[in-house]
Amino acid sequence: MMDPSLIAFYAISAFILVTGFMTVISTRLFRSAIYLLFSLIGIAGLYFLLEVEFAAAVQIIVYVGGIVVLIIFSIFLTNQGGASMPFPHLIRRNVGAAAAMAGAAVVGTLAAAYEWHPFPITFDTSMSRIGHMLVGTGEGSLVLPFELVSVLLLAAMIGCIVIAMKSRHEEK
Amino acid sequence: MTAIPLTHILVLSTLLFFIGVFGFLTRRNLIAMLMGLELMLNSVNINFIAFNKYLYPEQIEGLGFTIFIVAIAAAEAAVAIAIIINLFRTTHHIDAEQADSLKY
Repeated sequence: MMDPSLIAFYAISAFILVTGFMTVISTRLFRSAIYLLFSLIGIAGLYFLLEVEFAAAVQIIVYVGGIVVLIIFSIFLTNQGGASMPFPHLIRRNVGAAAAMAGAAVVGTLAAAYEWHPFPITFDTSMSRIGHMLVGTGEGSLVLPFELVSVLLLAAMIGCIVIAMKSRHEEK
Repeated sequence: MTAIPLTHILVLSTLLFFIGVFGFLTRRNLIAMLMGLELMLNSVNINFIAFNKYLYPEQIEGLGFTIFIVAIAAAEAAVAIAIIINLFRTTHHIDAEQADSLKY
């Protein structure tokens, strides 16, 4: 009798991998984006299964609610809603598949061969602990990178506006 | 202790990473390449969470790095899409092969 969480893990893994694969082989860009959406939702489900609820919430809010919507907006802004992409050249497809499979074989063999020794205590991801890690002042807190990320987000926002803004000469 | 072996999670993230690599190498549409990149970043996040949960459960830094990677991925996607929209406005295509105006 298999453990129910193991069955759930295999189902979620199959879902993630199938939708991820459809993302990279679908010839229609919009369908590709929708498959990416389902793959990211599957990853959020995996985080729920691993009992890391905060990561699952962040995944749904930022990836599913933010990045995929941004990608769909950009597909429509570049007028490609229903456009189908040409299938990649045979050589490029074969070289890409060979490179990906070789890499997956090497990394997968290494990961499977190494004997991991899991620690038999439960992983405590309570919200107060995450808060102390992110903005606390104690030992090992990540408050400096947290502040740096906020500066980075501001810089990215200003950069996006400057890059995507229409210049005055173009309008005339 | 959870019943899911760590190795299976690592194999899942490896396969997802190289699906993303395959998409990045074969696609020529810039938005499709960006999607492959997002898949790669997500597989790395799965690894961070899994290692944190299984090997160092008394610490929580892996989860913190996942959060930072998500934030930086959001910034990166926004900048990439701004560049793609600007490229489309000037050249009316978003093909990586034809975008060579900076090359010569």
